[in-house]
Amino acid sequence: MEHYLIILVSAIFINNIVLSRFLGVCPFLGVSKNTSTAVGMGGAVLFVMTVATIVTFLIYNYLLLPLNIAYLQTVAYILVIAFLVQVVEIVLKKVSPDLYQALGVFLPLITTNCAILGVAILVVQNEYNLMESVVFAIANAIGFTLAIVLFSSLREHIDRADLPPAMKGVPAALIMAGILSMAFMGFAGLV
Amino acid sequence: MSKDISIKDNLTKGFFRENPVFVLLLGLCPTLGVTTSAINGLGMGLATMFVLILSNVVISLVRNLIPKKVRIPSFIVIIASFVTIVDLLMAAYLPGLHEALGLFIPLIVVNCIVLGRAEAFASKNPIGHSAIDGLGMGIGFTFALVLLGGIREILGNYSIFGFKFMEADGILMFILAPGAFLVLGFIIGFFEWRKLKKA
Repeated sequence: MEHYLIILVSAIFINNIVLSRFLGVCPFLGVSKNTSTAVGMGGAVLFVMTVATIVTFLIYNYLLLPLNIAYLQTVAYILVIAFLVQVVEIVLKKVSPDLYQALGVFLPLITTNCAILGVAILVVQNEYNLMESVVFAIANAIGFTLAIVLFSSLREHIDRADLPPAMKGVPAALIMAGILSMAFMGFAGLV
Repeated sequence: MSKDISIKDNLTKGFFRENPVFVLLLGLCPTLGVTTSAINGLGMGLATMFVLILSNVVISLVRNLIPKKVRIPSFIVIIASFVTIVDLLMAAYLPGLHEALGLFIPLIVVNCIVLGRAEAFASKNPIGHSAIDGLGMGIGFTFALVLLGGIREILGNYSIFGFKFMEADGILMFILAPGAFLVLGFIIGFFEWRKLKKA
C-alpha cells in the first residue's frame, strides 16, 4: 500500500507531469484561460490516460513482447491512442450524454496531448506491473489537473494586470509557469 | 501557394517570421524538456528535422493516393515510422545523446510541428517544395532549441556547447525545470516586442 502511495505522491507533486517533466504543455497553455475549461480538460485527461495506459500495457506485454516486435512500440501506441479517443467519444455519446457534453471539445484534442503517450512509454521504462501502471496513470492525470487548474486561476488574475504590451499573454503565462514550477520544487525530498 | 514562393523564402521563413516555437508556439514540450544544454537542443533539433524532411517527402509523394477521410491517421503512421527509425539509429550510434533526450525522441510523433507541416504544406505541395519546407521548419526549430539551450547552459552552468568559460557553479535554477519556462517566456516576449516595434 505504501508503495502505491509513493507512486501517487511523487507523480502528483515531485515529478509533476507538466511542471517538471514538460509533458502536455500545449493544452496547459492553450486551455487554461479559465478555470471551468481547465477542470473539463483535466477530467478528459484522467479518463483517457487511465484507459490508454491499461490498453497499451496489455498490448505491449501480450502482443508486442511475445511477437518480438517491441520496436514497433511508438507506431502501435499512437495508433491505439488515436483509436481509443475515437471509441471513447462514441461510447460516451451513447452511454453518458451528460459527461460527453461536459468533455465536448476536449476529447479530440487529447490525441495530440503528449502526456498520454508519454505516460504509456514511462510505464514501460519504469517496468511497472498492471496495478502500478493504473496508479501511475491516475496520479499523473491528477497532477496534470492540479497544475492546469492552479495555473488557470492565476491566469485569470494576470490577464487584468498592467503589463508591458510585449509581455501580455503567452510570455507572462510562461514566466508564471516558471514561478509555479519553482514552488513545486519545494516538494522535492518529500518522499 | 505552390510555385510563386521562392526557394530562399521557403527556406528562411522558419527562422524568424514563422519560427515554429517563438512565433507559432508549436512543439513546446520537447522545447522545454530537452534544452538543458546547447548540445541537447542541437541533437533534438536535428532529429526532428530528419523526421520533418522525410515525412514531408513521403506524404507529398502519396498525397494523391490517400483518401481525404483517413489522411490524419495515415500521416501519423508515416511520421511514427520515421520516428522509430531515428530512435533506433540514435540508440545505435549516439547512445549518450539518446540517453539525454530519452522520452522525448518517441514523443516527436506527437510534436505538433511535424503533423502541422504535413497537413498544412506537404499534403498540398509537390515533393521538392515539401522537402525544402521541412528543411526550413527544421532549421527554425533547431535554431530555437539551440538558442534556448545555449542561454540556459550559459546561465546555469557557465559553459557553452560543453566548454566552461568560468570556473564556478552556475545558477542551477536555469538548468532545472523553472529555468526553461522563464527563459522561453522572455525570448517570446522579445519576439513580441520586435513585432510591436515594426508595426
